[in-house]
Amino acid sequence: MIPSRKLALANLWVAIVAFTVASAMALMQALSRADLDLPWRSAKMYYLSVTAHGVLMALVFTTFFIMGLAYAFTERALDRPIEGPKFAWASFWVAIVGTLMVTAMVLAGKATVLYTFYPPLQAHSLFYIGLALLVIGSWGWCWVIIRTYLAWKRENPDARTPLPVHGILATIIVWLIATVGVAAEVVLLLIPWSLGLTQVIDPVLARMLFWWFGHPLVYFWLIPAYVVWYTVAPKVAGGKLFSDPLTRLVFVMFILLSSPVGLHHQMVDPGIAAGWKMFHTFNTMLILFPSLLTAFTVIASFEVAGRMKGAKGWFDWLEELPWSDPTFSSVALAMIIFAIGGFGGAINAAYGMNAMVHNTAWIQGHFHLTVGTATALTFMGAAYWLMPKLLGRDLELTLLARLQPYLWFMGMLLFSIANHMTGLKGMPRRVYQFDYGGSEIAQQWIAGTGISAVGGFFLFVSAAFFALVMLGTGLAGKKREQEPIEFAEPLEPPGGKARLLDKMGLWTGLAILLMLAAYALPLIQHLSLERFGARGFSPF
Amino acid sequence: MNVDLYEKFWMWAAAGIVVVFIASIGFTTFGQAIQPPSHIETIDPQTVRSDEEFGQPGVTINPDGSATVVVQAFLFAFLPTEIRVPRGRPVTFRMTSPDVIHGFQIVQTNGNTMVVPGYVSQFTISFDRAGEYLVVCNEYCGLGHHNMYARLIVEDVVAAAAGGER
Ligand code: HEM
Ligand SMILES: [Cu+2]
Ligand SMILES: [Cu+2]
Repeated sequence: MIPSRKLALANLWVAIVAFTVASAMALMQALSRADLDLPWRSAKMYYLSVTAHGVLMALVFTTFFIMGLAYAFTERALDRPIEGPKFAWASFWVAIVGTLMVTAMVLAGKATVLYTFYPPLQAHSLFYIGLALLVIGSWGWCWVIIRTYLAWKRENPDARTPLPVHGILATIIVWLIATVGVAAEVVLLLIPWSLGLTQVIDPVLARMLFWWFGHPLVYFWLIPAYVVWYTVAPKVAGGKLFSDPLTRLVFVMFILLSSPVGLHHQMVDPGIAAGWKMFHTFNTMLILFPSLLTAFTVIASFEVAGRMKGAKGWFDWLEELPWSDPTFSSVALAMIIFAIGGFGGAINAAYGMNAMVHNTAWIQGHFHLTVGTATALTFMGAAYWLMPKLLGRDLELTLLARLQPYLWFMGMLLFSIANHMTGLKGMPRRVYQFDYGGSEIAQQWIAGTGISAVGGFFLFVSAAFFALVMLGTGLAGKKREQEPIEFAEPLEPPGGKARLLDKMGLWTGLAILLMLAAYALPLIQHLSLERFGARGFSPF
Repeated sequence: MNVDLYEKFWMWAAAGIVVVFIASIGFTTFGQAIQPPSHIETIDPQTVRSDEEFGQPGVTINPDGSATVVVQAFLFAFLPTEIRVPRGRPVTFRMTSPDVIHGFQIVQTNGNTMVVPGYVSQFTISFDRAGEYLVVCNEYCGLGHHNMYARLIVEDVVAAAAGGER
């Protein structure tokens, strides 16, 4: 029994609703980009929809899902209730109020600034205040989990931190470091400016603070997916986790390296010295390492599963895996997609090649592989496994659930490959139309946007299947005995080895030092420039 | 830590991949001078339209044959809307914005930069192929974002000299 079951469920349902709404908007966007004559199609609607889709997917769906997952996993893995459930609920409601404010402003057309909200594009002040509340609510969640962990530690001074909790703590540390940047941007710059208390704003400073947040944000999305890959998937596959200490090593590397890299999103910005961009580029390449290790450890765990079921040859263990289990297939397909996305990411971050792809359709092709699949598909897979356990109901519409990951995979390949290609041919991202005065080269993008629309359609159908399965399970799933949540066992228990990897305080301290090295001087140099602020504009 | 033999191989291979990536970036940066545009110069956005340089955007052919292109990016157009430059000569673009952030991307080249109010963006590039290029704004700037473009025409040098006089 999970005492904070309701809390976890509340967070997960918010995530599922946000995901479903955002998927519907996405279908409209993908069709619109293919230049189809839709009845309600207009530039205003398009950019409004892209803002809503970006905010709901990247900021709302992910954050709430991660909070829900973490409550359930922490309580189960530590085998004790969370500390301060009332405070946890209060934080939840703060985040909800913030989300509603943001969504209302976007839907009212008062905040068509996209989910990156770069000033001097200026949204209604309630948009920024809502964002701040969402972040504050998430800090409440961080505090609850940390307190629970510390209480558990006092009760079990000699025990190893359970692996899922190790990963969740890494997620929280990355999030806390990241949100310092966006909180500074929103509270110090954007809110006073949108209220008219200040007249002008420095757009490059705002972008530096945004991307201080923006890159670790992607690891905030990814680490929980890794937690599922490491601690759930091997179990679902019928095997064991290949290596416990290496998993901890991966989480620790993410704590250290997720953050001092944000300038790789500003490679072609003026006002930032090339040397700092280069430094952040090198740090970025280092983060490839833990992801490469993950690929090995998780695939090796699947091989263990196949061999435990009797496979003997080189590749026949693949056949032994439960490909029709939606949790397993989601994770396996998400991993394949992530491998492609990872190599694309190395190209984006490559100092010299970035200019070929920056702000082109290539980028949206890229991040739909990473957050849009490695994270989102893994979360859907996790929901098939977790929701029935939390609800005490059987999964409904299992046929749809089984098809859903494969549909997503297919749709995403079409969508993403098409966008990578049109991007290389120069098509910018975030455009409603691309006639460009009848430009010949722009005509060549049409084939790509057509394929992308077909992919988008598959993706939408897949998202709808997922939503139906969740709805069906929540409302009509057959009641059953509550099933315990169990995590994968490692091949070898960690015992007393590599205890250093559990010292979260130490790693947090080192991460902060790295962050200072990466940002202190660039920020000081920037602040000492003779800067002229920009006034706000709302051309929407 | 007890690390499996295969895993050790993999760890070394992974480290090798990372080293190769970093080395190739180092090589292209220092060996071939491939750098992203990172010009540092500020300007007051309120004065851009009356600025000596940016108030009169256009192309200047320098005595050594290279060209300087001054561009103003604003909601929702570039000035000049048609840019003529010589083929095979270094062309330096200088640009800024009086309003919001824009992008300046010369399609199918690596000419690509953000144009940020308060800052001057600058990069130098040379074009091997004569003909027409499309320049697009690649940062969302409002409801007319997709209408924001310019045409860049790369001409063989003789024609360009005449074009510069026009
Ligand atoms: C139902 C499947 C999906 C489809 C068909 C889809 C389609 C699209 C399209 C066409 C755009 C491009 C808008 C543009 O640049 O003009 C877009 C942007 C975006 N998508 Fe998706 N998407 C889907 C799922 C997801 C998921 C699962 C996530 C993340 C969890 C996601 C995150 C984003 C983000 C962050 C943007 C950027 C918005 C911006 O540029 O401001 N999408 N999506
Ligand atoms: Cu990044
Ligand atoms: Cu634009």
